[in-house]
Amino acid sequence: MLLHPERLKSLVRAAAEQVIASAPELTALDQAIGDGDHGVNMKRGFEAVLGKLETIGTQPLDEALKTIGKTLVMTVGGASGPLYGSFFMGAGDALSHSKRLPDDLAEVFGCGVGAVSARGRSQPGEKTMLDVLFPVLETLRSEAGRPDLIERVRVAASEAVARTVPMQATKGRASFLGARSVGHVDPGAKSSCVLLHAVCKTLEAQ
Amino acid sequence: MTDTVGIVIVSHSKDIAKGTADMVRQMVGSEVKLAFCGGNSEGGLGTDVPSILEAIDKAWSPKGVAVLVDLGGAETNSEMAVEMLEPERRGRVVVCNAPIVEGAVMAATEAAGGSLLDQVRAVAEELSAS
Repeated sequence: MLLHPERLKSLVRAAAEQVIASAPELTALDQAIGDGDHGVNMKRGFEAVLGKLETIGTQPLDEALKTIGKTLVMTVGGASGPLYGSFFMGAGDALSHSKRLPDDLAEVFGCGVGAVSARGRSQPGEKTMLDVLFPVLETLRSEAGRPDLIERVRVAASEAVARTVPMQATKGRASFLGARSVGHVDPGAKSSCVLLHAVCKTLEAQ
Repeated sequence: MTDTVGIVIVSHSKDIAKGTADMVRQMVGSEVKLAFCGGNSEGGLGTDVPSILEAIDKAWSPKGVAVLVDLGGAETNSEMAVEMLEPERRGRVVVCNAPIVEGAVMAATEAAGGSLLDQVRAVAEELSAS
């Protein structure tokens, strides 16, 4: 599947720029319950993605997703590199194996989410990015075909981030804090939401 | 020299990785192929897939490589690196579930005796409290 290069590039650029702009906020969240490097790591990774924008723009969508994933794996330099990398590579793989957009959007997204879950050996409820990705996947499944799907995804992501606040982390560095991880937004959930919101905004504008 | 299992040490800190490697060397000298990496690409704390791939290549042995890691990101990035290896190497690299210093020293000592990869891993993992 080949998206118009300018359309693909504007989606990737918007997502990357939004993550880069959110780096200070992500860092602050990670300083509260982690090692404080999430913002700078994501920024490094998405700057590298921006550096490959011209290549990505010429690729079929499955290859473009895999390029983004591999770039993140090689440059982020924290657990979020393999986790986000697995999401994009997993979604790209699904498209390489006969899935089509927009009809199979939920399945393609689901393959990405499944890859993150497998990579992190984690499930929803552990105060991680999966606590945004799974509710969004559920929304994509249940609301497929609705004209306001984009708005519903946006709301689902925001609400899911808020629901990480009372959770106690049982995966990742925040789990070392035990009960003290309660009362904070999970940084990975937040960065997932930032990415999803950027994609939603760009799709609406297109 | 007979081939021995190679040892790779992956820490968030270059100092810890190097210090652990020093302790391994003290036990096994140069009998075992050993490589280490630590820190992110900008010299801060973190782990980095390209550096892990390089370390695996440096410690490569036909008998395989045992990787010892510290905290979560080191494990996730090491597992990712293993998956990115060429297929003929992929099945011969294991990430051990063991404390990094004790695991590295025990694994290297076992490797120096000529043990196979599974045995080297088992000895390191005896240390983990699971």
